[in-house]
Amino acid sequence: MHQPGSESGTVDMMINMGPQHPATHGVFRMELRVDGEQIQDLVPHIGYLHRGSEKLCEHELYSQIITLFDRLDYISNFNNELVIVSAVEKLMGVEPPPRAELIRIIMCEFNRIASHMIFYGTFAIDMGALTPVLYNFRDREKIQSLFESVSGARLMHNYFRVGGVKQDVGDDFPERAMALCDELERGIDETDRLLTENEIFIERTSGIGVISGEDALDWGLSGPVLRASGVPYDVRVDEPYSRYDELDFGIPVGSAGDSWDRFYLRILEARESISIIRQAIALMEPGDTMAQIRRIARPPAGEVYAHCENPRGDLGVYIVSDGGERPYRLKVRPPSFCNLQALRDLTVGHYIADAVVILGTLDIVLGEVDR
Amino acid sequence: MSFTEIVFAFAGLFGLFTALAVGVLSLTWMERKTLARIQQRAGPSLVGPHGLLQPVADAMKLATKEDIIPAFADKLLFWVAPALVAVPAFLIWLAIPFGDDLAVRAMDLGLLYLVAISGIGVVGLLMGGWASASRYSMLGGLRAAAQLVSYEIPIVIVILSIAALVQSLSLDAVIGGNTVTIGDQTRDLPGQGSIPFAFIMPMGLVIFFIAGLAELGRTPFDIHHAESEVVGGPFVEYSGAHWAVFFLAEYLNTFVISVLIVVLFFGGWSWPEPPESIFGNILSDTTTNFLGGAWLMFKTYLVAAVIFWIRGTFPRLRIDQLMSFAWKVLIPLSFANLVLIAIVLFYDWPLWVMTALSLPILLGIVIAVRRRRGVRGRPRTVRILRRSAGEIGRPFSDLANQPPNPVPGEGQAGD
Amino acid sequence: MTTVGSSGGATDPSSRGANATPAPAKRREPEAPRAAVALSPEGVALAERLPVAFASHGIEVDAALDEVVCMVPADHLVDLCRQLKDESAFGFEYLRLITVVDYVEQDGEFEVVYHLFSLANHHKMMVKTRIPDRRASVPSVTGVWRGADWYEREMHDLFGVVFEGHPDLSPLVLPDDFEGFPGRKSYPLHDYEEW
Repeated sequence: MHQPGSESGTVDMMINMGPQHPATHGVFRMELRVDGEQIQDLVPHIGYLHRGSEKLCEHELYSQIITLFDRLDYISNFNNELVIVSAVEKLMGVEPPPRAELIRIIMCEFNRIASHMIFYGTFAIDMGALTPVLYNFRDREKIQSLFESVSGARLMHNYFRVGGVKQDVGDDFPERAMALCDELERGIDETDRLLTENEIFIERTSGIGVISGEDALDWGLSGPVLRASGVPYDVRVDEPYSRYDELDFGIPVGSAGDSWDRFYLRILEARESISIIRQAIALMEPGDTMAQIRRIARPPAGEVYAHCENPRGDLGVYIVSDGGERPYRLKVRPPSFCNLQALRDLTVGHYIADAVVILGTLDIVLGEVDR
Repeated sequence: MSFTEIVFAFAGLFGLFTALAVGVLSLTWMERKTLARIQQRAGPSLVGPHGLLQPVADAMKLATKEDIIPAFADKLLFWVAPALVAVPAFLIWLAIPFGDDLAVRAMDLGLLYLVAISGIGVVGLLMGGWASASRYSMLGGLRAAAQLVSYEIPIVIVILSIAALVQSLSLDAVIGGNTVTIGDQTRDLPGQGSIPFAFIMPMGLVIFFIAGLAELGRTPFDIHHAESEVVGGPFVEYSGAHWAVFFLAEYLNTFVISVLIVVLFFGGWSWPEPPESIFGNILSDTTTNFLGGAWLMFKTYLVAAVIFWIRGTFPRLRIDQLMSFAWKVLIPLSFANLVLIAIVLFYDWPLWVMTALSLPILLGIVIAVRRRRGVRGRPRTVRILRRSAGEIGRPFSDLANQPPNPVPGEGQAGD
Repeated sequence: MTTVGSSGGATDPSSRGANATPAPAKRREPEAPRAAVALSPEGVALAERLPVAFASHGIEVDAALDEVVCMVPADHLVDLCRQLKDESAFGFEYLRLITVVDYVEQDGEFEVVYHLFSLANHHKMMVKTRIPDRRASVPSVTGVWRGADWYEREMHDLFGVVFEGHPDLSPLVLPDDFEGFPGRKSYPLHDYEEW
């Protein structure tokens, strides 16, 4: 491929990055056209993990769909479960008991921290720092142990139900969760001290992959990627679901829209999540954890779009119900999918090493991108 | 050259290579343990006491693995490249003095020899990168070429300043001092027995250490084999024994840079106090030499530990930042170092003047880097909006009570 | 298109199922209750303003649960979307989702659904358009929201709906040589043999 503008008559090189590449976070492939080290063009290829989840959902009972949602964004499972159960509840007009709502919020926020921890670690690895990931996984293991004690599973929980949660948490849950919060705070501080202020880290992330707020909206970005560009859109405050409107928490918003902002914003966000968890635990009162509804959910005919703030962004689900036990059509709005779309715009003109950094800050999960 | 000399030379080579092989194995073990401790892991612990035999097990595994040659590879170059990287790494050791007049080949032009030999490795990397017929290894090879050639310059200049300091290219002189006669003037130039050059040329040490890291391709300069970018660079397509040779060369080079730092800046085998003054004359020459060699190795491992520590801490630079750091910071600094030492020597000033001049420059560089960050307004472009402060979001409960959002220009909405 | 003429209850799949061929509706109860509409005050205001603003586009405004639904013929889709985005009164700068719902068995039509959101005005709505399955094509809105790109490609993969004017409709989530449209209801899910 000869470049028209180059006097030396050099040829651009095509590099195929992925689907097996350490920095593509799963089975993602990008075709890079590089001039030396500089990226001239990037074509993302997805679909290696396409399982037809949405089609599968149309053939399952609503309660069975929850397990499918666990497997979409497989590192923030509770947040995914929350979306599907709140969509069905919204359609059915069911209110889960207040205690169940708080348990859900606590679980989701812990899950957000766990997800962000993976982000810090893998992002650091993308940049060549090998240590943070081990610190972060150490802390994430603690979160997963808590999950295990509550839901019985470390990863694929299947814990939320239409109308509540599967079972109440143990008596010692508040103490354990509070203690865990303290530990996580220390862990996040550690990551913060190790990376955020590091001169090389700043050199590598500052001004890399800048996207303006308007462009970010135009691309339909969401979550930390959108907020880093200065758009304060967070479903938890813009359309509060569950009991988020009773809690006081901050939304970190960046202004530079670069990779550094996207990273640091997630550090702050994890700290806010800890504050949310503490407030939610304080609000918890004994009570039911399951609403009185029939065992097999049969929502009325109609359509519903429900969405929640996932660690990766605005995860939505659109259900068309025909009044049966199974959805007529179910469509997921996957935040990673939308965020990944902007990759080409963010990357072109940067170096190969920056492509890795930018992809890292988009924090995609291929299970969700491909569904 | 008599027959005995040849025999001794071969015995020396054999002993050196064996020692180096053990040294490399110990270094891999040490790196894994150091990294593991930094990362709150246990590290190798199953093979042998404290996992000490793990490197042996690894070596056996690598030697018995299938050696894959890519179909489109240039077979000859593919085979030659690892040797071309590993052999110079071995050869450098010929000139390293382990004691007073104790080297496999004590050379009068030892410093020149070091510089000359260490420049060969890059050819092997480039060759391996090109011969693998892979885009990643190609990129890695080119990166290695650019990086290693660039960082050779500050290293050479710093070695040159040391040569200027001792007025000799001999490594023995670097450690033991030198006496030069210019015209009728005889001048004693200090070795490192009295004061290590690290204190005379702190700037040189810093430059040499940083550039040495880059020569090794170690964090934060592990750009040519960056796993997350070029997946191993020139070594992508290598496996089995060939890869093991590259691996060996890499650790040998780490060893070389560490030992060079010790020899050039931390006194090499010379003790802070000569052993005679501590033990009297009871020690034989052999024992003294052995103690000197052990002292040298101890310091070398300490320097290697610092290199591993850095590996466990820092992220990686980008290729352009790496290059600009070499050409815009390190090379001018190294020239400044050379000019300074020349001035000090020319006017016959005491050597602490050199230290006094170097330290402010180093300090100035650090402050300049810090200030640059401040000017750029980095950290804290992120702020937290709080609902309690009324900064964001309107909860649904509020929406119900508030009038709908005022719609600007409602009248003109109809197209 | 036929969309303008279709009945007012077009958003209700169950009633449609009852009217159409009864065969696929065997587990569907004809009297399945509909979800109650509960628009927010802003939604109500939006629903009132839409027919006035876009009278010439042949739109029908309805509501589904808490969202305003605007039915538009495919011809006017891009025009409507552009105005919805550009006019500050609506300000739908954020495209949440594009999806296709398969009503081929009932009406021989696909429904393309666009979920929009306005950050500035805090509005949300669905824009829908119906297209016949025999000539399943709808103008692309990538010119309005760039984020529509992959949604449209994905829907083209799964449903075979052609988005005219889309820069690149090459397969996104499916392999390049995949045949058929697995999203459609007519595509069997469990069409494999155990061995």
